[in-house]
Amino acid sequence: MTPGPLAYFLVAAFGIGAVVSGWLVFRTDSMLRAAYWLMVSFVAVGAMLVVLDAQFLGLILILMMSGEMTIMAIFMIMFMMNPAGLNPMTMVHQHRTSIIAGVGSFLVLAWVGVVAEFPNRPAPLEDPTIALGEELLGRSMLVFESAGVALLAVMIGAIALAAKQGRFGDAFEGSEEPDMDVASGDRT
Amino acid sequence: MIDLLLVIAAAIFGIGVYGALSQQSFVMIMMGLELMLNAAVLVVVTFWWGTTGGNPSGQLLVIVILAVMAIEAAIGFALVTAVYRSRKADITEKLKKLRN
Repeated sequence: MTPGPLAYFLVAAFGIGAVVSGWLVFRTDSMLRAAYWLMVSFVAVGAMLVVLDAQFLGLILILMMSGEMTIMAIFMIMFMMNPAGLNPMTMVHQHRTSIIAGVGSFLVLAWVGVVAEFPNRPAPLEDPTIALGEELLGRSMLVFESAGVALLAVMIGAIALAAKQGRFGDAFEGSEEPDMDVASGDRT
Repeated sequence: MIDLLLVIAAAIFGIGVYGALSQQSFVMIMMGLELMLNAAVLVVVTFWWGTTGGNPSGQLLVIVILAVMAIEAAIGFALVTAVYRSRKADITEKLKKLRN
């Protein structure tokens, strides 16, 4: 299917939204807001998937990431200092190296994407969700089931790691508030 | 259209690389990893849409990546909890050594 001008406009608009909100994740002082900016980035990418006729994948990406970012926001409040961004602080290390790595990976990947020639076999207009369902419950069921088993194993492992009386003893031993002594320099 | 999508995905991936390497907070590092996986999802759907003729295996790969994202988040949060219990650490600088 050849994309029309509306599809171009929507992809560009959502793409800019995804990139800008992704950048704001690391520019805001509030860690809580960072979680929500990340959710905005995922929602924008999910909207791009819907424009690309992958409606099911776009919607489950949005649903899944909305839940995950809510959990991430709770973790921010639980564990991190300054979740609301009331005290401006910079919590970065190896900043120059990170910028070079990020910009470098962007330039290399964008160059490959622009220069390389890809086959032009666009997806047909038939409902891709039906095709995905038949694939999941037919030829590729083993892959689908393996993902489920992996998630079950992860649930057991995560509970073992995070349990109240887990490997590292009583949970209340670690229930003190984090050290808020910013002036000591160990957090900046 | 494919070029545009790949450039957008490259930008998201680059931001994720920057975040994963530069942040001190464990959860912020996880956010960088999530952004990189977000870019991977976009690239896979782009190739499925534009180059495979609608082969559903491309969509299946996205399902696998989504499972990887869930696994990364679950294990990441569990490790954050375990590390905080054992070391009271919430940033990488507090973990000078892995032993004990």
